[in-house]
Amino acid sequence: MVQFTLPKNSKIKTGKTWPKPEGATNVRKFQIYRWSPEDGENPRVDTYFLDMDKCGPMVLDALIKIKNEIDPTLTFRRSCREGICGSCAMNIDGINTLACIYGMDEIKGDVKIYPLPHMPVVKDLIPDLTHFYAQHASIMPWLETKTNRPAKEWKQSIEDRKKLDGLYECVMCASCSTSCPSYWWNSDRYLGPAALLHAYRWIIDSRDEATGERLDNLEDPFKLYRCHTIMNCAKTCPKGLNPAKAIAEIKRMMVNRAV
Amino acid sequence: MRYLTARKRAEGKGAAHTGTEHHWYMQVSAVGLAFLVPLFVYIFGSALGGSHADVIAVFSRPIPAILTGMTLVVAMRHFAKGAQMMIEDYAHGTSKKMAIMFVIGLSYVLIAVGLFALAKIAL
Repeated sequence: MVQFTLPKNSKIKTGKTWPKPEGATNVRKFQIYRWSPEDGENPRVDTYFLDMDKCGPMVLDALIKIKNEIDPTLTFRRSCREGICGSCAMNIDGINTLACIYGMDEIKGDVKIYPLPHMPVVKDLIPDLTHFYAQHASIMPWLETKTNRPAKEWKQSIEDRKKLDGLYECVMCASCSTSCPSYWWNSDRYLGPAALLHAYRWIIDSRDEATGERLDNLEDPFKLYRCHTIMNCAKTCPKGLNPAKAIAEIKRMMVNRAV
Repeated sequence: MRYLTARKRAEGKGAAHTGTEHHWYMQVSAVGLAFLVPLFVYIFGSALGGSHADVIAVFSRPIPAILTGMTLVVAMRHFAKGAQMMIEDYAHGTSKKMAIMFVIGLSYVLIAVGLFALAKIAL
């Protein structure tokens, strides 16, 4: 349901300002969203300063430096630091992206970091992705076959394999889904761009034999047709994928089997 | 607080197995309106500023009258379905159902009033 104002306990307040590093000449200001479920306080934005001459180039480098050297209570997810695991997705400078592959030289002025928008926050920069993952599971992200398993392997032509390019690379970081206004208002029923991109990846897999069932499970005014081709998903995807195109292809397949 | 699993919440009531007809209708009617609206604007514009008799004469001719009627019906149906989509985006529960019933009803009323007025002029 659409909400135009934040609840009282979600209004963001100004937080603590940490001291500037002494003797540093190349200082950058970081404004980072903080919230803990344990203290009962409203969310706040804490201000940190880093000596950029002693910091790596990526936003994740700065977050790790802040956690290691300034404020160990700062909480965020990270793992691979090379855009493969999708753990460090957050809203940086107004864009949903991966902190590990987003360079600080791409940001003008202060670096503002918030959790992915419109998701419940577990703590600080960590969103609760339980529902997002359950939606992904609901599209059956695995090969469904009815023919007896072949002795060696399910074969696929080079041409059919190429159809999966631009789809299989998705790392499920949730940047796209949390940038989509339709997902903001109706995430309880709309599957969102990430789950639908994965759904299309299995629908067009030449080895999969459940195409009809997959389309049946998506044919719904909310699960699929809440996409209004806003294209925020394609614009924000840190992997350069195009979920909107995948959704449009699913809609085209729906029409082709009905008309 | 309901003790539902995440998967149960994600599955909801399952797929309604509808929506493609709505999507296809919006596509087709949008293409149709891309032709009908400019033609209607031309017809309306040609009658604009004329005397009462001139306007009656324009809309008494079969092609302007039929095109006007088609524009009215297609545009109102397109409006109703588009408004329904918009309401579903932003409203939930009973208010959603009431608002959808209102816009669908409004579209039929406007079609009826428009066709009655057109028939009165054209016939």
